[in-house]
Amino acid sequence: MKIPATLTVNGVPYPVELEPGTSLLAAVRDVVGLTGAKEGCDDSECGACMMLLDGRPVNSCSYLALQAEGSEVTTVEGLADGDQLSPLQTAFLEHGGVQCGFCTPGMLISATALLADCPAPSADEVGIALSGNLCRCTGYAGIVKAVLAVSRGTAD
Amino acid sequence: MSATAQFATATTVEEALAALAAGARPVAGGTDLVVGARQGKAPLPDALVAIHRVSELHAIDGDADALHLGALVTHAEIAAHPDVRARFTALADASAIVGSHATRAQGTIGGNLMNASPAMEAGGPLICLGATVTLRSTGGTRDMTVEELLTGPGATVASNDELLIAVDLPHPAPGTGSAYVRLEYRRQMEIAVVGATAVVTLADGEVSQARVGITALAPTIRRVPAAEEALTGSAPDEASVEAAARAAAAASVPISDVRASERYRRAMAAVIARRAIQIALVRAGGGDVPVPASAVGQ
Repeated sequence: MKIPATLTVNGVPYPVELEPGTSLLAAVRDVVGLTGAKEGCDDSECGACMMLLDGRPVNSCSYLALQAEGSEVTTVEGLADGDQLSPLQTAFLEHGGVQCGFCTPGMLISATALLADCPAPSADEVGIALSGNLCRCTGYAGIVKAVLAVSRGTAD
Repeated sequence: MSATAQFATATTVEEALAALAAGARPVAGGTDLVVGARQGKAPLPDALVAIHRVSELHAIDGDADALHLGALVTHAEIAAHPDVRARFTALADASAIVGSHATRAQGTIGGNLMNASPAMEAGGPLICLGATVTLRSTGGTRDMTVEELLTGPGATVASNDELLIAVDLPHPAPGTGSAYVRLEYRRQMEIAVVGATAVVTLADGEVSQARVGITALAPTIRRVPAAEEALTGSAPDEASVEAAARAAAAASVPISDVRASERYRRAMAAVIARRAIQIALVRAGGGDVPVPASAVGQ
């Protein structure tokens, strides 16, 4: 039986009706209609679905959407300010952090969470934080470089 | 995975317990229950009660006797807590290496314990640090040690209407150091292939108390009395550390699975136990070994 709820995604409240077992990823992609977050492994290994839940990272494929009611959900669509990309997004483009792009939404969210928690991480700390995000193009060097560039304030 | 028919969100322990009494199963961070359903291990229960909004279960606080962890305290909160890092360092070692940062941000100590994996990182430190848990149902409350709670892979003594409310850690004696080390194939998104915990207290240069535990080496995480005896009363020297590490290996009854063979686990048991004991001794002596200990030497 579907249960009515309100999901707040990127600051916008969306009234939804969801089966209890619906994942946050399925709710945001299929019901809310924001398809930035990706389904990779669908069992919490790859991080392509990563979102922020009240600022903290969550693998949304393995989190029940109804549990997110009352929380602020942030997806990759919420990182830019209109057409103005976030410094991290700009750095990913400048440092070759984007190849096929499938892992990019999760990488950006994961790195956003890292920098909020630890504004000046070492390369090792970046690697540890992003190790829950798999890039099957194996483009990790550019991604780590991009995160470090933002943490050192040289992205612009 | 939409088999679940009923879903409610509890905001108080009483609401959660009433839902459990009516047959619902609890969900907090979802990092075992929901992931398990995605992987096909077990479907989601017919009725769920979400307990993540029960604010009284989120606290880390302490008094003169013990550090108190509410059941909903996350791995990330434990790993970052200054008192845990300073005095219950083995638990910080363990909490800092659970899953990825998304797992640590959502996964809770209560869920971790009640999932009862013999490879869970926090179990060895909790057992060796003498932690107790509080289980509550509409019928009453009972306390027990973590050792008593865990009865086998995925099994605990708790009945379905009981909720783990809290974990309490008695303050270690002055001169105590502890460490948790795991054998890992990668540093994150990993679970112990083999793990070991050591908690040692030094008094006048001698080991006055020792606790050694093994993880992913038996159906439950367990202490190794022979290893503890080998250390207790020693200087400590290389011979006593070696004897303790070998005792930990001798107490191992590992399985073969996709992650390691029984032989490999047995062979690595002494290596990992030795590292845990050595790091605990350095910490007990006032030396600084960064958390997580598993990263040392990598």
